[in-house]
Amino acid sequence: MSKQPRPESVYFFGTCLIDLFYPAAGLAGMELLKREGLKVVFPPKQTCCGQPARNNGYQDEARKVARLQLDSFPGDWPIVVPSGSCAGMMKTHYPEMFEGTPDHDRAQAFSARVFELTEFLVDVLGVKLEDKGQPVTITWHPSCHSQREAGVVEQPKSLLRQLSNVTLIENPREKECCGFGGAFAVRQAEISAAMVTDKVASIEETGATSVVSGDCGCLMNITGAAEKAKKGFKGRHIAEFILERCHGG
Amino acid sequence: MVAETKKLEFGAKAHVALNDPKLRANFRRAMDGLMTKRAAQFADVAEWTSLRARGAAVRANALAKLPELLEQLEANCRKNGIQVHWAETTAEANAIVLGILEAAGAKTVIKGKSMVTEEMHLNAHLEKHGITPVESDLGEYIIQLAGEAPSHIVMPCIHKNKAEIAELFHDKIAGQAYTENVDELTAAARAALRGAFAGADAGISGVNFAVAETGTLVLIENEGNGRLSTTLPPLHIAVTGIEKVLEKLDDVPPLLSLLPRSATGQPITTYVNMISSPRKEGEKDGPKAVHLVLLDNGRSRVHGDTELRDTLRCIRCAACMNHCPVYTRVGGHTYSFTYPGPIGKLLTPQLEGLDCAGDQPHASTLCRACADVCPVKIPIPDLLVRLRTESVRPTSPGAVKGAGSATSATETLGWKGWTLLYASPLVYRIGTRMLGWFGNLMPSSAPMLKQWTSVRTKPKFAPKSLHELAREKGFCDE
Repeated sequence: MSKQPRPESVYFFGTCLIDLFYPAAGLAGMELLKREGLKVVFPPKQTCCGQPARNNGYQDEARKVARLQLDSFPGDWPIVVPSGSCAGMMKTHYPEMFEGTPDHDRAQAFSARVFELTEFLVDVLGVKLEDKGQPVTITWHPSCHSQREAGVVEQPKSLLRQLSNVTLIENPREKECCGFGGAFAVRQAEISAAMVTDKVASIEETGATSVVSGDCGCLMNITGAAEKAKKGFKGRHIAEFILERCHGG
Repeated sequence: MVAETKKLEFGAKAHVALNDPKLRANFRRAMDGLMTKRAAQFADVAEWTSLRARGAAVRANALAKLPELLEQLEANCRKNGIQVHWAETTAEANAIVLGILEAAGAKTVIKGKSMVTEEMHLNAHLEKHGITPVESDLGEYIIQLAGEAPSHIVMPCIHKNKAEIAELFHDKIAGQAYTENVDELTAAARAALRGAFAGADAGISGVNFAVAETGTLVLIENEGNGRLSTTLPPLHIAVTGIEKVLEKLDDVPPLLSLLPRSATGQPITTYVNMISSPRKEGEKDGPKAVHLVLLDNGRSRVHGDTELRDTLRCIRCAACMNHCPVYTRVGGHTYSFTYPGPIGKLLTPQLEGLDCAGDQPHASTLCRACADVCPVKIPIPDLLVRLRTESVRPTSPGAVKGAGSATSATETLGWKGWTLLYASPLVYRIGTRMLGWFGNLMPSSAPMLKQWTSVRTKPKFAPKSLHELAREKGFCDE
């Protein structure tokens, strides 16, 4: 099942949202890798994958920022990303963004080294988790880009199913977009609000006390709306959730 | 079409739609049903994958040879006795159709379902010249009675529920009592339409596929109205966009399988009409004359850009809109133009210009649900990004009408600032530390934050960034 041999070292790409708003999720991701005996390196020059500019049509700006990431991960270790959206951007769009530029080859090589965190834990490391936590009922929210761009669908759920005290309830509308979409949430604020309101309702209907996701954009959107509407569930990034379970939290 | 007013319409119309609970419920129910039915049709992933690859290849091949195939189509249609007309603009197409009808002395027209004639606003044009068109597809008939445009390209009146239709029929069809019995409602429409079929001087239809090899017009439908419209009146005028051409007859079967299964979850449509000529000597039915009107209306320009060309693969199945979380919330009328949903957001700005419909490519979260279900693999989200790019900074001159029209000094400045922050490790380090300090002091009513906090709490900057924590925990050491 492993796409590549188990490396000794990995790079960690923190993502801009995690860096500023959810650093605990990033730290948890690095801890999970470290627990597997890997050397985890967080290159301090890294910033953002460039997706916000690309998606808004500012390609030169996106390339400038993406080029800094190409420079920041010089070795040939895998680059592990705790976000399906940023991983999808780096995997699928970097090569096409740099087509016809001198950076194309290294963009391609970079893309081939990118793994979404749960994908890496399951497909490359084959991790086995021991659940030391109290019984809890959760539901899963896959980000659109993790499902449809990074191609990560089963891995996070297979990790969650390894946790013996965790009951995972499927949300029948889990595949539907939460309405974040970056600038969309501001440009089309009313449509975005309707989408996130429906998403929150669908999560509430599962009866889960937490929604777990691999993307902080969605989490910010969903938990922000749930908090404002005073709903009874919390949101957690999957890295943080899993690490807590393994520590008995 | 006034560009400036259209441009501002999307957000305003979305506001109205979002606050219409009946409309929201009608769309949600309808789209949930369609998604379930489609999923059942393509449960076999291997079959879906290979059929879809064939469908995409057939359409890509036709577009790669478009000019030659159109010439071949014209030649073979003519050989078959079908008269072919070319229209550069919708105005030209309307004039051609009107001219044919006037030359034949036609006063009443029965129409099969056709999105391209919606694009032309043909009905209004004909009415202005004293010709009465009657829509014969049940959904189109209903919205014609209501004086509305289609809100979906396969199911034009999907925005209405039974009760609304019952009320409409009671109001508009003479002697029709109010009933929500679907059989009785259908019978009422049928009775009204039978007379229109029998008395029509001409029939007008769309075309699903035009086969160059044989000069055959393929028309699929469920109600038999397409068949009646194209065979009963003495004159048949078929109208199509130039992109609907296929190279050969063998290209038709995969699309005949993909289209209805993607659209309504049916294995195949009830009727597949293949029209290859007017009535021949000794034949008992069929029109005496068949005309084909080929409309460009900006399609050649789309075709001229090898990336955007994929837009023209569309076979109008509407699977993208059925699966679009935005379309499902706001409905088709919000889009203001003939083609709504993801394909509309892509096609409309290319046909009408970014200056006129430039906000539409932004009405998407790029969730890719549309690309996932597209039976001919149109990379809709990637092309939406391409259009967003064209609207701020044209990449290839002349590719898209109105390119560059969305450039605003504030926005450009904003992205310059963003780039400054994220393209330099030093600026990022200082900048994010300041953001962390001051960000949480920003009031919820600040510009942009206001839209976010309308239904959400304000995001909180963490006391320490991951960069700082990683350094403290020793992860930064290479």
